[in-house]
Amino acid sequence: MKVVVDMNKCQDHGQCVFAAPDVFSMDDSGHLAYVSDPDDALRDEVEEAADVCPLQAIRIED
Amino acid sequence: MTGRIVVVGASMGGLRAAEQLRAAGWTGAITVVGDEPHMPYNRPPLSKEVLAGKVPFESLAFTPKASTADVEWLLGTKVVAARLAERTVELDTGSALSYDGLVVATGMRPRRLRCPGLLGGRHTVRTLADAQGLRAELTRPGARVVVVGAGFIGCEVAATAVGLGVREVTVVDPLPLPMVGPLGELLARVLLKRHEERGVRFALGTGVAGFEGDDRVTGVVLDDGSVLPADVVVESVGSVANTDWLQGNGLDLSDGVLTDEHLRAGGHPEVVAVGDVARFPNARYDGVPRRVEHWSIPTDTAKHAAKTLAAHLAGADVELAPFAPLPTFWSDQHDFRLQSFGAPGLGLDDVRVLDGEPDGDVLVGYHVDGRLVGVVALGGQAAAMGAAKYRAHLLKQPALTA
Ligand SMILES: Cc1cc2nc3c(=O)[nH]c(=O)nc-3n(C[C@H](O)[C@H](O)[C@H](O)COP(=O)(O)OP(=O)(O)OC[C@H]3O[C@@H](n4cnc5c(N)ncnc54)[C@H](O)[C@@H]3O)c2cc1C
Repeated sequence: MKVVVDMNKCQDHGQCVFAAPDVFSMDDSGHLAYVSDPDDALRDEVEEAADVCPLQAIRIED
Repeated sequence: MTGRIVVVGASMGGLRAAEQLRAAGWTGAITVVGDEPHMPYNRPPLSKEVLAGKVPFESLAFTPKASTADVEWLLGTKVVAARLAERTVELDTGSALSYDGLVVATGMRPRRLRCPGLLGGRHTVRTLADAQGLRAELTRPGARVVVVGAGFIGCEVAATAVGLGVREVTVVDPLPLPMVGPLGELLARVLLKRHEERGVRFALGTGVAGFEGDDRVTGVVLDDGSVLPADVVVESVGSVANTDWLQGNGLDLSDGVLTDEHLRAGGHPEVVAVGDVARFPNARYDGVPRRVEHWSIPTDTAKHAAKTLAAHLAGADVELAPFAPLPTFWSDQHDFRLQSFGAPGLGLDDVRVLDGEPDGDVLVGYHVDGRLVGVVALGGQAAAMGAAKYRAHLLKQPALTA
């Protein structure tokens, strides 16, 4: 599974971090960091993260 | 599973319902009927980035999931009536659709001021067409704008207008402070100051008695008879649920669609409601049914309602814990963000600063009987992250009735 975040859209809301903490995190200055090739076992979490992103900036590419 | 589920309303709630029905195992037909001409799109940018001209419409569309490839979309089509006893809905095209399951996802429309006369220059912001029309008028040189209603959308529009360089932006509200209803006095005072510092004017503690102008508005008449000159008026005075089409079926439609703890409309296990239009009890709080107009709710309700409906149509018992979402809201205004978790509105009698100070980034807690029920941060990213730290705590709190 490949995760792509459109960083031009991302506004650091952090909702994805609640949904998929193994994939998304906030760095010390409050900006998004993420794993771009997470384990497929995390697919449900990542889909949830994509759903709850207020900017709809998260895409999953198979 | 065979049969058909009809989803009425093709916005976020309708889309999420279709996706979640597939996730819940419904393999029968799904038809989504929506009266706007567009595929579902994201509304929050309408009062912010779209109004500011920062993002094109294409970027608002939700990306469809593969699971919904066979969903039928009837766009530009309005449902005008429902006959629940017969399991059919009637369309404005004159035809009818029968269903096995029905999802109500028709959301809200803006409330309008009841002032006589239809005047040009009066706007609301709910749809893409609304935002585009308002933007065209705000960007006319020298426009003077009066925003009626100092709630979330009014404050966002005022902030965006100032950001666009609009010469005069005035917000009118009968209440003494902006957003005081949902946020309480402490934060509302801070907000007022921040808006004023950035150039928004306020006429508070007064209602609107009427408008001046012939074919276009030229002024807003306040309760005391004084007149605010205006070329553009934005009415952001709350919203009304789109439930007219459900009339005559014995449902409680006094404020949205009243549902049980599994989002089923009264007496009809084959009818569920999702999104802004659903008035549901939240098992996290006091059991009083409420509508929640937050962006997180269409997704939360769709998940629960889809499981309820798919189980019912499969002839199975609904084995879900009662619906208990943690409401989540944000609002971007000027250079600051409001971030809310929980139900601050329930704890307005006991509001305390948890972190920071009103002049900078501030984090405020709302309590009932000494128990934290909601947090709201106001400020930059650090404040929002501060609020997020309390989210886990709010999730762990026992139900208010416990
Ligand atoms: C300008 C604006 C800014 C916002 N900003 C924020 C924000 O910053 N943060 C936040 O948390 N929330 C925000 N929200 C709230 C959030 O967008 C809503 O909670 C969400 O859109 C609700 O989705 P919904 O699908 O329930 O309803 P809606 O989006 O209202 O969709 C209902 C759809 O049903 C259609 N419909 C109605 N009646 C019929 C009928 N009879 N037949 C067919 N179709 C029908 C409507 O035309 C509409 O397309 C904002 C809302 C607006 C309007």
